[in-house]
Amino acid sequence: MTTPSRPDPDSSGGPLLSVHDLRTYFHVGGAVARAVDGVSFDIRAGETVGMVGESGCGKSVTALSLLRLVDPPGRIENGSRIEFEGRDLLSLDREGIRQIRGNRIAMVFQEPMTALNPVFTIGDQVAEVARVHSDVTRKAAWERAVEMLNLVGIPDPRERSKSYPHQLSGGMRQRVLIAMALVMNPSLLIADEPTTALDVTIQAQILELLAELQQRLGLAVLLITHDLGVVAEVTSRVLVMYGGQIVERAPVRELFRNPQHPYTQGLLEAMPRLGRQRERLAVIPGTVPPPTRWPSGCRFRDRCAFAWQRCADEPPPEYPVSTEHTARCHLVDEPSRAAVRAAVDQTS
Amino acid sequence: MPNATPGSLVAFADATPAPLAPWAPGRLAALLRRDPVAAVAAATLVVIGLAALLAPVIAPFDPAQAPDIAAGAQPPSANHWLGTDSVSRDLLSRLLFGARVSLGISVVAVTVATVVGTAWGAAAGYAGGWTDRVLMHLVDAGLAIPRILLLLGIVALWGTLSMSSLVLLIGLTGWFGASRLVRAEVRATRERDFVIAARASGASPLRVLVRHVLPHAMTPMLVAATLGVGQVVVIEAGLSFLGYGVAPPTASWGSLIREGRQALGTAWWMSVFPGVALAATVLAINVLGDRLRATLGGQQLHAQ
Repeated sequence: MTTPSRPDPDSSGGPLLSVHDLRTYFHVGGAVARAVDGVSFDIRAGETVGMVGESGCGKSVTALSLLRLVDPPGRIENGSRIEFEGRDLLSLDREGIRQIRGNRIAMVFQEPMTALNPVFTIGDQVAEVARVHSDVTRKAAWERAVEMLNLVGIPDPRERSKSYPHQLSGGMRQRVLIAMALVMNPSLLIADEPTTALDVTIQAQILELLAELQQRLGLAVLLITHDLGVVAEVTSRVLVMYGGQIVERAPVRELFRNPQHPYTQGLLEAMPRLGRQRERLAVIPGTVPPPTRWPSGCRFRDRCAFAWQRCADEPPPEYPVSTEHTARCHLVDEPSRAAVRAAVDQTS
Repeated sequence: MPNATPGSLVAFADATPAPLAPWAPGRLAALLRRDPVAAVAAATLVVIGLAALLAPVIAPFDPAQAPDIAAGAQPPSANHWLGTDSVSRDLLSRLLFGARVSLGISVVAVTVATVVGTAWGAAAGYAGGWTDRVLMHLVDAGLAIPRILLLLGIVALWGTLSMSSLVLLIGLTGWFGASRLVRAEVRATRERDFVIAARASGASPLRVLVRHVLPHAMTPMLVAATLGVGQVVVIEAGLSFLGYGVAPPTASWGSLIREGRQALGTAWWMSVFPGVALAATVLAINVLGDRLRATLGGQQLHAQ
């Protein structure tokens, strides 16, 4: 199998993927749920970027928006821009975006148990992607499927390709999904919580597989997760999302060493660590508010221990911390405030 | 972790037999094995179906031939097991050929209804939005008119109908319920992860619909179609009984009952035997359809 020629992203000079002011709103009844609200980021060819945050903060909707898979009543608002390999994804017609999906940008979903169709064999489902995107014969597509299953470490792929999803373990199914995603040699893989549904040992294997494939195929990966441990392991840069916005972005080491946003700090403190005394893990009080009712000003303020009047009055911009590090928090502007911990209403 | 060999830690689940598609015949076989009532119903249908198919071979007489008009209606005898009609035609033979007509019309009409209903419901359910609303309001309008009235009205306007237009007419008035069913299944299935995954891998809407969504709507469709055949047998019999159905000399069960009605006091067999055949068929279909719904419906929920 020859690798399909890939437009060299470096030759154009720009990043592989460039998202600018992405806003995806859901118009339900009279209300507007601003699930993704002004997200901008770049991904360079071959790099792995992590996107972290709690449930409901807009990670998955961002991922679906990149492939324009958001269904009504959800809508990507005018003014949003997604550029990929020099093309404006939001202005492509239906056929155009269809040819991007699974071909140039592929996606791996959270639930390996449900993301495979129970009535077709796994070989059939991997081969389908090849048949959707190229004029290959049934046989050639099947050969490609077997090759891909082999690549993702399915033992005895020729035999196994005839298995149905329910005959495989969760880890194996996730490998199958990765095989499906990589059939067409995409340049970007979006992995939405790819390990969340798996056992810990299997999680490690899948992460390792992703890292290995990323190296081998020169793949860029957007890894969406709520698990900072996963992020630490495989990504080079991290985007922290809260309330439909990116609240902090930094190279992974920098983020762990020097988190600026109280939300990021909360996430880090909520991580169990080896060698530490057995103490209660810190929690961030409250939950993410519904996206129809973000608080005024800073969206995190009603859960934040440092919030003061300015946080209610003025939405914080992305303050630069260092070259590649920004945080959407007024504390960066007024560091002295960090000493003052406000009483947080824990009942919210 | 060092060099994980994938096979070592991840055991495959025990090799279980290939799963049956939700509508697979294997499920049907399993149902018949453990449910004697369903088995009897299925056997009845098989016998009636075979009798209809083989009518030209097994019928003892020519159903249209009246050998001795003067003899009139003869009661059941060794020669004519179910007796003869008022012009001495063999009732058993007429009943067998009538089965071809009654069942044939029903099966073809239900097929038409299922195809139209599936296409309509799938379009509505998959498109969603205002397309869905318009299509489904039309269905509501169709459902609001009682089917037999609708049919009688059309037939009355049209006059006599050929067999094929009768089939088409029955089929085209019978898909409303089916379309609702398919729409509901499609709406539920299109939210499932594997459908979103298929879309994310670039499959076209038609491909997603036909390959990933519709197969999962087949179980309720099978049940509905089975019950639909029973319904249409009765409708066709009703139309024929009223004289609006199959044109003579072709006989369906409904027209046989109609012919016997005038002689009910003197030649009971003329109406009773077709009536029994009709009742047995419809009962068997309804029992089987009902059991299918119970079994397949239940497993469908756990198919994932």
